[in-house]
Amino acid sequence: MTRIFKHRLIWPIAALVALIVLNSISRPSFLSITITRGQLYGSLIDILRDSAPLMLVALGMALVIATRGIDLSVGAQMAISGSVALTIIADSKTPNSLGTVVVAILAGVAITLVFGLWNGFLVAVVGIQPIIATLVLMLAGRGIALLITGGFITTITSTPYAVLSQGHVLGFPVAFLVSAIAIAIVTVLVRRTALGVLTEAVGINPSASRLAGVRSRGIVWSLYGLSGLLAGMAGILYSSNIMAADANNAGINIELDAILAVVLGGTSLAGGKFTLAGTVIGVFIIQTLTSTITFLGVPPAVTPVFKAVVVIIVCLSQSQRMRGWISGLRPPKRLVVTTPNETPIATNRTTA
Amino acid sequence: MKKFLAGIAVVGVLALALTGCSGGGAGGAAGGAKKIITVGFAQTGSESGWRAANTLSMKSAFSTKNGFKLIFNAADNKPENQIAAVHSFINQGVDAIVIAAVVTTGWDDVLKEAKAAKIPVILEDRTIDASPSLYASWIGDDFTKEGVTAGAWAAKTLGATATNMVVLEGTTGSSPAIDRAKGFSSSIAGTKITTLDSQTGNFTRADGKTVMEGFLQKYGKKINLLFAQNDDMGLGALDAIKAAGETPGTDIQIVSIDGTHDGLTALSTGEFNYVVECNPLLGDKVASVVKDVLAGKAVDKAYTAVDGAFDKAAAIAALPTRKY
Repeated sequence: MTRIFKHRLIWPIAALVALIVLNSISRPSFLSITITRGQLYGSLIDILRDSAPLMLVALGMALVIATRGIDLSVGAQMAISGSVALTIIADSKTPNSLGTVVVAILAGVAITLVFGLWNGFLVAVVGIQPIIATLVLMLAGRGIALLITGGFITTITSTPYAVLSQGHVLGFPVAFLVSAIAIAIVTVLVRRTALGVLTEAVGINPSASRLAGVRSRGIVWSLYGLSGLLAGMAGILYSSNIMAADANNAGINIELDAILAVVLGGTSLAGGKFTLAGTVIGVFIIQTLTSTITFLGVPPAVTPVFKAVVVIIVCLSQSQRMRGWISGLRPPKRLVVTTPNETPIATNRTTA
Repeated sequence: MKKFLAGIAVVGVLALALTGCSGGGAGGAAGGAKKIITVGFAQTGSESGWRAANTLSMKSAFSTKNGFKLIFNAADNKPENQIAAVHSFINQGVDAIVIAAVVTTGWDDVLKEAKAAKIPVILEDRTIDASPSLYASWIGDDFTKEGVTAGAWAAKTLGATATNMVVLEGTTGSSPAIDRAKGFSSSIAGTKITTLDSQTGNFTRADGKTVMEGFLQKYGKKINLLFAQNDDMGLGALDAIKAAGETPGTDIQIVSIDGTHDGLTALSTGEFNYVVECNPLLGDKVASVVKDVLAGKAVDKAYTAVDGAFDKAAAIAALPTRKY
């Protein structure tokens, strides 16, 4: 039992469950999933589908944060990839052909991969602080997207493109399946190869890992590229969701939500150890919170406060010191006492 | 060496960013024997399709052909940028300044400066909280009236039967959101329309869709009417309504405000039921007021644009010539 409570994911999961319970009490229909025209339909399914763009962005963000970095440009990159893809489809004579759509998606994702690698170049090779390096593209990127769309919202009608966000396979929304595949690929990439360990090594101590022979430059560079790639795909999903390239609003403030999701999941902003599972749960917490606001009927004027309170509670619940204080209010547990002159202090430190 | 390289990169990127910003500005070349009126226009930014249409309208009205030289500045929705832009207009000694204010407050000092320099200021689109003596005129849309018109349609069409309405509000605290809500509720007061719920969709398609999904999950088939405070949110909601297995326009009637090309297209196919216009084509009126002010003619303190309203037939008629 205590092992369960010590597991680092227990608090994020508890927060997610608490939100779901809160919604179900308010409206029991929250949990209901029905099958409408061969597809699953319900609030939980909506959450799975709507969380897809944030999920992709947050996965990339988790890895970048693990290298002691940050990628502020993801929202702008979403706007760029959506604009590129939709401009290609809108200008094409055959918007409904699968070929056009595939070319558009590849072009959109390829361009953000290039921008991601540019970020990585600035951080890993030139040595600019990540927050500044990516801030450049965060500000300029939306301008680039507006330049592509000419300041207007580009709208399209293209059946294959709509499938990405509105279609279903085996009853599940395609957008959710895309994010699930991304989770699987990234997990295999970092946990079944040495990449994850090397990333953590770079994040924990860049100098030591370099001296130990880790090619930190290449790793950091490629992870920013991956973050760009995932943000590009997120932009494709976002634009497919509304069938429009809204350069002004696509992915606006998503970098902050992604950072929040990573942190709610239990990854430290100081870099080093990271948890993808925690990040996934963090994304679901944020998306469920959005539904909660509608379901509880929180007035728009107090929505930011409501969100802030929930986030503060989740963060506090993860704080070791806070938990210590709260358990201090209860009768103290039996402490493991060590006699000072027998146990060397050093071992205490390492086990603490 | 590293620092030097970093410096070069930063300068390079900044130069890129700067050219990116000024790329769309500085319209119209000077020259010609006729007296050219130099006008500085401080636009809010380029946050929406409405704004893009507004900018285009201003640029074409203040063209070289019409005897103007337009110095255009988009402030990226930052009040401090906009005040800096107005300062720079004053320093350049323009003949008149047009402002589409990002925020309503903080204008007194810079407007006093303009007045001291004898440069008339004309407000476009949005009003400000400053003494009316500091500006010559205001040209814009009447958001309250738009809400009243939309509400009057709802009251006339659905007011006699029990109707459950949900509302997609604009950005919380913005003047169009507040005024449209006020106008709409004044029109439906006393009818059988009840507001089930009202949430913000931030004037965007994606948020409109997400919030509408939530409404549909929460209330199921109880909803008969959707009031979207702009077209974009209404268009986002269409997908959510279809995904829930309902037919927009029939099961759930939709009234929205803006009259964009996409909104009218949805209206022409019967997915929307009524659209009230919020006209962004203010350029010509602003240009004529600027000319009158400079010629010393008396002008009104406020001009409201004529906002039409569309039903399905009107939308089909208007679509081919719709500019935005």
